[in-house]
Amino acid sequence: MSFQIVRSSAIPLPIENVDTDQIIPARFLKATTREGFGENLFRDWRFHADDTPKGDFVLNNSTYSGSILVAGKNFGCGSSREHAAWAIADYGFKVVISSFFADIFKGNALNNNILPIQVSEEVLAELFDLIHADPSSELTINLDTQTLQFNNQEISFDINPYKKTCLLKGYDDIEYILNQSEAITAFEANRKDAHFLVG
Amino acid sequence: MATPKTLFDKIWDQHIVQAKEGYPDLVYIDRHFIHEVTSPQAFDGLRKRNIPLARPNQTVATADHNVPTLNQHLPIQEVLSRFQVDTLVSNCKSFGLDLYGLGHEKQGIVHVIGPELGLTQPGMTIVCGDSHTSTHGALGCIAFGIGTSQVECVMATQTLLQYKPKTMRIEINGTLEKGVLSKDIILYIISQISTSGGTGYFVEYAGTAIESLSMEARMTICNMSIEMGARGGMIAPDETTFEYIKGREYAPKGEAWDKALTYWKSLPTDEGATYDKMYVYDAADIEPMVTYGTNPGMGIGISKPIPDVAVNGTEKDMEKALNYMGLDARQVMKGQKVDYVFIGSCTNSRIEDLRIVADFVKGKKKSDEVEVWVVPGSKRVERQAKEEGLDLIFQEVGFQFRQPGCSACLGMNEDKIPAGKYCISTSNRNFEGRQGPGARTFLASPLMAAAAAVTGKITDVREMI
Repeated sequence: MSFQIVRSSAIPLPIENVDTDQIIPARFLKATTREGFGENLFRDWRFHADDTPKGDFVLNNSTYSGSILVAGKNFGCGSSREHAAWAIADYGFKVVISSFFADIFKGNALNNNILPIQVSEEVLAELFDLIHADPSSELTINLDTQTLQFNNQEISFDINPYKKTCLLKGYDDIEYILNQSEAITAFEANRKDAHFLVG
Repeated sequence: MATPKTLFDKIWDQHIVQAKEGYPDLVYIDRHFIHEVTSPQAFDGLRKRNIPLARPNQTVATADHNVPTLNQHLPIQEVLSRFQVDTLVSNCKSFGLDLYGLGHEKQGIVHVIGPELGLTQPGMTIVCGDSHTSTHGALGCIAFGIGTSQVECVMATQTLLQYKPKTMRIEINGTLEKGVLSKDIILYIISQISTSGGTGYFVEYAGTAIESLSMEARMTICNMSIEMGARGGMIAPDETTFEYIKGREYAPKGEAWDKALTYWKSLPTDEGATYDKMYVYDAADIEPMVTYGTNPGMGIGISKPIPDVAVNGTEKDMEKALNYMGLDARQVMKGQKVDYVFIGSCTNSRIEDLRIVADFVKGKKKSDEVEVWVVPGSKRVERQAKEEGLDLIFQEVGFQFRQPGCSACLGMNEDKIPAGKYCISTSNRNFEGRQGPGARTFLASPLMAAAAAVTGKITDVREMI
């Protein structure tokens, strides 16, 4: 599956330090497949204990829709659970924009065809203002040109070149590395520090 | 003379299989720990690709996240938990892996059993589908948490594609006050640099206060590196490290030990090596710590009031956190009521932690207002505690001494804190709902947790010792 141009309205979540326990609480990590996590995305912010929706949470507000999530600084901190990325993808998000991402989440997102875009604090604030003022505002993300367009402006974003290629062409790390297996066995044969590796 | 290198750079460079322009480094992984929660989809991936597990003898499996902490000899009652643990059993069988499963004498929290069995050694690269893999760095290795796609990658290739992180050195010098433990050091550091201050970095902890810590106390510090966003934390191997490893089951023996020791002694950071970022703190400034908010950066020294300005997030986030916790800005934490006390998790469930708690509570009584769970980190910790009679001390005081697992740290099993209740916990995360939907967590050291267990409220443990 390759990553295409995304043109969509966005859902704002102006909260900082959103941790992966909020994205998908631990009690929903018991599945043994990657599917179906979307229904529990932000479970305890989205639903009351009796499973009725919390009206004030943005995903329950029909004013906002789209395949882009715009979130506060340090999104995805905490647990390494890839289930967080699976939940976001399963819910239908293709892009998450924030002013800062936690490392592991960022890697997990990229491995699941979700594009994390880091923007400055100023741009993030502008995006929140824009979406709040007009929830139908469209954002356009072009991975190939590494650009984000909104409100008649265009800004560029960074992504490491290897991961960009993976997303655009639908490659994954394992296929690439399996083709380097000779290098791996050569490394194992030649290592100097491995004499203590036992068991 | 060769360019001076940091501990991190030495180990990283030693593990590069391939460094190609335009690609991340292909890094060799020495040891891969797996558990029931983040592995099933990875095993499925291998099946779909029709490939074997690359290096079964470098892969170690245990069941920890979902396991009950009572009646482990009975089938797991919770259906989904049982299914996940059973799935691990069948996956290990079909891919030819040894499993330290439920009931096995080596079973335990993955980050407790690695060092305990001598599987974690200086100079290694270690990964696990769990962010607290950083714990192992205390023995002078590069250890970090990964997602399930990467778990599958290591299973398939014994390598990972990784961009080299930046390096950070955090120095703590001087002597800790009585009643201040390594947990307080790390909670203090996180409160200073925030939950994102370490993102993009690999941290080396150093300084006289770190050097004087026991091996297990060092693990507590490295364990929480991820709580400031760092991929991992590490401490240079020294005599304390070697003494700890020597004689453990999977530690090198005889001639191999001598060779390993020579190599390990070459690992500490060279004089003149530089880091991308440095912080220096004085151990004397660190009090017993407690968190008041909903991320580990929201912590304060016990004598200080909750700040009235946001320190970790926006004002709105601070308001949201205090609202969730049912606390007020400027409130003093001392005297705050608690309902539950949890002593356990990969942060603080080792034998030393249990000894510290037992020594403190011996001859005292638990408050009638609290329920106290002491959950050992592994079968071996459990057995050792019983051999030392710690279980009897806990029993006399009114604590429940349970069986090993992750337990109330994340409440994947039955060990959940009810909504609205307060729990002082030796674990690592105070996120909303972490210990159960609506649960309110105060992170603290084993001593602070023990003191609260006796008084029923947050207490300055220094006044009781």
